Order: sequence, then C-alpha cells, then structure tokens
Amino acid sequence: MADNLNPNGSNNGAQKGTETLKRGLAQMLKGGVIMDVVTPEHARIAEDAGAVAVMALERVPADIRAQGGVARMSDPSLIESIMNTVTIPVMAKCRIGHFVEAQILEAIGIDYIDESEVLTPADDQYHIDKHDFKVPFVCGCRNLGEALRRIGEGAAMIRTKGEAGTGDVVEAVRHARTVLGDIRRLSTLRPDEWMTFAKEIGAPYELIKETAELGRLPVVNFAAGGVATPADAALMMQLGVDGVFVGSGIFKSGDPAKRAKAIVEAVTHYNDSQILAEVSRELGEAMVGIHVEPDQVVLGKRGW
Amino acid sequence: MNIGVLALQGAFIEHEKTLRSLGANAVEVRLPAQLDDLDALIIPGGESTTIGKLAVAYRLLEPLYRFAISKPVWGTCAGMIMLAKDIGRDQPLIGVMDIQVNRNAFGRQVDSFETDLTVPELGSDPFRAVFIRAPLVTGVSAGVQVLARLPEGGIVAVRQRHWLATAFHPELTPDDRFHRYFLEMVGG
Repeated sequence: MADNLNPNGSNNGAQKGTETLKRGLAQMLKGGVIMDVVTPEHARIAEDAGAVAVMALERVPADIRAQGGVARMSDPSLIESIMNTVTIPVMAKCRIGHFVEAQILEAIGIDYIDESEVLTPADDQYHIDKHDFKVPFVCGCRNLGEALRRIGEGAAMIRTKGEAGTGDVVEAVRHARTVLGDIRRLSTLRPDEWMTFAKEIGAPYELIKETAELGRLPVVNFAAGGVATPADAALMMQLGVDGVFVGSGIFKSGDPAKRAKAIVEAVTHYNDSQILAEVSRELGEAMVGIHVEPDQVVLGKRGW
Repeated sequence: MNIGVLALQGAFIEHEKTLRSLGANAVEVRLPAQLDDLDALIIPGGESTTIGKLAVAYRLLEPLYRFAISKPVWGTCAGMIMLAKDIGRDQPLIGVMDIQVNRNAFGRQVDSFETDLTVPELGSDPFRAVFIRAPLVTGVSAGVQVLARLPEGGIVAVRQRHWLATAFHPELTPDDRFHRYFLEMVGG
C-alpha cells in the first residue's frame, strides 16, 4: 500500500510503494531477459551475460517437474546470498495465495515477487491481495481475463505462463497469442460492448476499459515458460511481448554463459534476422526438453 | 527534429511517445549506423549493466561517445549512469559528463519513491519525479549546472554544455516539461 512518508504534507509529498513505482520497475526491465538462478555463481553468470534481473530459486522448474513433491518459497538465506552478489534486481517466487511467504520475501527486501504457478499452490481459490504490499508482484496468465484479474488484485507486471521446465515453447506461444489476440478483439469493440466482454472473460470492467483505451495491457507483459533458444526469445518478442523470462533453458544447457548472452542479444535485436542467425551459432546443447501435449499441461493450469 | 532513443533495453517506448506528442520524430537506435542523421539522443532508464554490455557487443560505445561530443544527449536514470565519467565501479560508460554518480543510491525497490522537485529552469510549478532504484549525483565539477536537488540536498538533475542527466524518470509521468526543455536545448 502506498506509504506517505510524511502525512502532514511536508517532505514534498514523497511516497513509496505507489502503483507508478511498482509498474515503473517493470517498465525499466522491458526489452530484457530475466533469468532463473539457483546459486550466487549462476547469478553472476546471468548478470555478466546482460540479464536485467534474476529470479532466485532453490530448484529450476525442470528439476521441480522431475523431482515432484511440494515446491515452496526458497530459503531466505539463499535468496539473500544472491541479492548480495548482483547489482541488478532480484525476484523470488511465493506460492499462489501464500501471503505469508510474500510477507517474508518483502521483509528481506526482495525487488519483485512472482506469485507463481511453478510452485505448488497454497490456496485453490484465492490469490494474494497484492495491493497490501509495497513490493511489486508479477503473476502468470493464459488469457486476458486472467491477466486483468491479477492486475485487479494488484499485480504490477504480467507474464504469460507457458509451461515451465519443459523447454517447449508451444504453451508460451499459445498464451501470448491468446492474451494479445484477446486485446486485439477488445480493441474492435464499441464502448457499449465492453461490459458484456468483461463478463464473458471474467475481468474487472475498469481494467477492460483501460486496456481498450490503451490498446495494450496497463502493465508490462513478459513471456515465460519454455523459452530455450535465442530464436524462441525473438519469436515471443515478435509476437508482441515486452521481454522474456528464461527459467531452465539457460542453466540446463551445455554452455549457460554463451546461451544467456545470445538470448539477451536476441531480445534486443529481435527483428534483425542477420543478428539472430549470428547469435544462434555454436551455442552447445540446448536443454533436452519435454514436449507437452495440451492434456499434459500441469503447471499452466494453476491459477484461478 | 530527429531524436534518437537508445533502444538496447529499457523504457525507450515511453520516451518515444512523449517526443512524438511534442512533434519530434523519434528514432530507435540499436546499431551504430542508426545514429546517422540524428539531431540528438535520449538514453532511457533500464539496467545500465545490460545497456553497457549490449553497447560493447555491438560496437556502439565509441560511436555514442563521438555523437555525444557534437550533439545533445539526455540520460534518464541508467542513461545518467552511462553519461557519467565516474561511477566508482568498472562498467562500460559513454563517460562525457564531469559528474560522479552512485548506482542504486537509495537502496532496493522497496526504497524507490516519488516526490515533488523544485526545478527553477522549468518554472515555479513542482515537478513530480519518479525514482526507481535510482542513482544519485555525488559530485560535480565546475561547469556542471545543478538543475534540481532533493529536499535533503542530493543532486538529481544536472546539465553540462549540451548534456542533460536526470536520476528520475520524466518519461513515466504526464508532465512533459523536461522533454520540452531538452528539445529547446536541441533547437537552440
């Protein structure tokens, strides 16, 4: 919640934790790559490669998928050791609906919280009331209705979910096309059709109105879940997202430093096929990957 | 007027929108050849480490330096860091302005803030300034004009010759007076 530093109006109306500040940090990350890291060494490799932020985790999604069990917020000591290693923003994940994990992450000074379907949900009906926090949140979505419900709860950044830990970009493409397609459809409607559209997709009317007027989501929208190559990253950018999360794709590959740098360059030069050809050369082995059929999607379905 | 916006990473689209609303032609710059025919350049907010590495990888640093020597350049947040000669750590910089800058000077994201600034060059109305993991100017040499300070005294906007640097983000708020000020620098 916005925090008036000095309620009597002096101190030049200084405020912390406002929507402008929460959404603004995501705006500064646009055109960039956010990388999953599990150790301070990974974090340094990611920063050296040009990552705009890192996601501090105990296990990358590919290992979460492989090992099963309940996936929870990471140990604060691990997250802090990563925060102490890099100068770029550090994000961390909490379980869907687990507002105490979020309180803990805020207490250690994390820069962004991902209320993430990659972890095992703590609540099967409700997400966190994110307006309650000074730290900004990013949330996953598969369609415009889900994106606007999360923004309605206070998310300051959105990412399409994809299917994390697979190295298969198909779900990320499906979700980005769905969200961006829903927005294109909305922008063809007359204002007197917005309310029924809001009802159909289960989104707050005010955010439907704002999205229609802007012609885009009111917050930054990254792609996630299955990006493994520079070409995958550029594909997502050309489809119209603002930047890319890469989870298992980097540190489950043969040469993480080189692949990380290549994906960073592919996101900047996403429309330049000569450069994309150059950065795609000799990257070593990509992560093995697991192809997902629509009926095998596990993580992407979490979220309400 | 053709105003370039360095588009390696960060909030370049926000600058482009404001420039276009003021009648300027905004051009995205990712490669050295795209600096040709520009009258001025804006370096946006973003992550300065990322912007610096991409500038090195695509041989932009030297062309940006040569551009800045002869043409107006404005850096916001990460852009201010890129323009400074001294940031107290090893990181690729354009390095034309005689200022010392501290990265992340206010702390982490939970310490980011917005506040009203008095900027005499823009008139008497306060300017609502948005500081996101912002840098701070910790030292200026002779010839650097201080345009704005925080109430506590920290320097957050400076001008030297045809270079402008702000620690905050005028591209995130509707007030376009800093963009107008820069376009006047370019025109005049």
